[in-house]
Amino acid sequence: MSDVADILSNVSFWVAVLRIATPLIFGTLGVLLCERAGVLNLGIEGIMVAGAFAGWLAVYAGAPLWVGVGVAALTGAVFGLLHAFLTVGLALSQHVSGLGITLLATALSYYGYRVSFPKVNTPPTVTPFAPMEWLPIPVLDAQTPLTLLALLMVPVVAYVLYRTPAGLAVRMVGENPQAAEGQGVSVAATRTGAIVGGSALMGVAGSFLTLSAFNAFFFNMINGRGWICVALVVFASWRPGKALLGALLFAFFDALQLRLQQSGDAVLPYQLYLMLPYLLSILALVLVARKASYPQALMKPYRKGER
Amino acid sequence: MRLERRHGTSRAALVLAPFGAVAFTLLVSTLLVLWAGAPVGRTYALLLQGGFGSVFAWSETLTRAVPLILTGLAATVAFKARLFNIGAEGQLYAGALAAVAVGGMHGGTGFDLPLWLLYPLMMLAAATAGALLLLGPALMKNKLGVDEVVTTLLINFIVLLGVSAMLDGPMKDPTAMGWPQSVSLQSELELGKLIAQTRVHTGLLWAGALSVIVWALFKYTVIGFDIRAVGANARAAAFAGVPVTRTVVLVALLSGALAGLAGAIEVAGRTSYVTLDMSPGYGYSGIVIAMLAGLHPLGVLAAGVFVAGELVGADTMSRAVGVPTYIADVIVAASLIAVLVATLLTQYRVRLK
Repeated sequence: MSDVADILSNVSFWVAVLRIATPLIFGTLGVLLCERAGVLNLGIEGIMVAGAFAGWLAVYAGAPLWVGVGVAALTGAVFGLLHAFLTVGLALSQHVSGLGITLLATALSYYGYRVSFPKVNTPPTVTPFAPMEWLPIPVLDAQTPLTLLALLMVPVVAYVLYRTPAGLAVRMVGENPQAAEGQGVSVAATRTGAIVGGSALMGVAGSFLTLSAFNAFFFNMINGRGWICVALVVFASWRPGKALLGALLFAFFDALQLRLQQSGDAVLPYQLYLMLPYLLSILALVLVARKASYPQALMKPYRKGER
Repeated sequence: MRLERRHGTSRAALVLAPFGAVAFTLLVSTLLVLWAGAPVGRTYALLLQGGFGSVFAWSETLTRAVPLILTGLAATVAFKARLFNIGAEGQLYAGALAAVAVGGMHGGTGFDLPLWLLYPLMMLAAATAGALLLLGPALMKNKLGVDEVVTTLLINFIVLLGVSAMLDGPMKDPTAMGWPQSVSLQSELELGKLIAQTRVHTGLLWAGALSVIVWALFKYTVIGFDIRAVGANARAAAFAGVPVTRTVVLVALLSGALAGLAGAIEVAGRTSYVTLDMSPGYGYSGIVIAMLAGLHPLGVLAAGVFVAGELVGADTMSRAVGVPTYIADVIVAASLIAVLVATLLTQYRVRLK
């Protein structure tokens, strides 16, 4: 147990927690926005790949880092628009459309990478975001501006959802689209907006990995992070504040298992440590299942004039 | 934009829909080929030749189709009951590992049982492993309301790590020079070849037979009817006296078993041992195949061969003109979306206003 105490008393551990949490915060907020409007977005895994690739490619081609982040957001938004067209415009199955987007976005990114770099063995790199050493706050001073942006997005999303007419409209179409339509709220436009905005956040989540955590694009680098965000939103009861908490908690255990894996007296196969985050996600889902308050219209396609 | 249900589907729409889907997919892939700077005509010719242009091409395509058909059936059975099993990938690996656990050359020889006993035991173990893996998510969905998509997806990662641990540990092949691969299957358990000097194996017959069995199950049995009823409207089905929980459990066992068998047949027919890259996402492709087939078990056969041909052809084409093989994945994903849209447009009419 002294091992764990040693790990927890080390600043670098908490730096790692916040770093691991950053893409999860962006991604979870993105999923939350879509689901609050009543649309499941399983495209997240692929959108994160596409955001990671497109943002990185822009910077590699000479664009400034923030432009890269913008490109990632735009890429996410485009796939979001496609998902909105399929699930809102055409009212297709949200499950299948989302998986289709994930397959398409992933395949397009890998294809684009191979076309751009046909014969590289070591992945080409960019200069990533630098830590904000000028900040007088420990732990945060070792993070990049993207982490700060992620933390700031939590109150922003919360404010928009709970304090603005647009946020009210989003929550209405996610709970009772018929009633919203009756109040003159356009279900299609509101849902489309929420999906596009949420998907842009997912794109940024991906770009954090290639422009901040690492400096290159790898295959399989998202590695299920998108799916974990979908689980975290359920754990967070669709609330931005709890989403932040969930992402931090998850990152805490992920960082801990990494350290325990590396510590001298790790007796178990390393794979068992790596399983821990996924097992915890499932456990979290089971624990909150009984009292989960799903947006009432989640996964229910809405066709105007049909009941 | 709004949708209006069509009253009866016009024949023109039914004919035009597949053509529209193919045209859209071709447009996307042509743009990508142009991006890679390759000659378009030659690329497509090579793709088709590589997948379907010779006896060898067909043999490779059919070999690749076997696991795709089986995971496609797994998705079909589950999706019909609206149980969104995205875990076929993990179930496939669990099945493969279980098959080797029963039929592998442990300690150099393996279990000394007669073949007539060992062979069914191996298949049974694989089917059971896959089935049990899906039972948990199905029950969690039914009893607790936990979304099965997320749980089955997460379990895929857990299973893959578990397989990795087994290949490093108890089931490691000591003669594999440090490669993470399992011990081999006893050679008598390997499936026979359908065509000499190729890799097509009798697993293709399994895939064909299981497609027909699943089709007959849906068409002629009460269980099949129950499954469709639960999928159409679980509450109405319960009201009409369909045992919903029992049906969902059965669907989970059946779907998981089919994906588990895909793993066993892949091991017995092609690889003879388990590696961590034995499936390039067959579990996920199975979902696409099921959707392309419109959840029709016999359609899965055709869709499986189509996707397999595409993947095999892309390998050949890529070696010749340097277009990345990932184009096959783009084509598969684009055709999924195109088919979904086309099917919808045969039932609904879009009014722009």
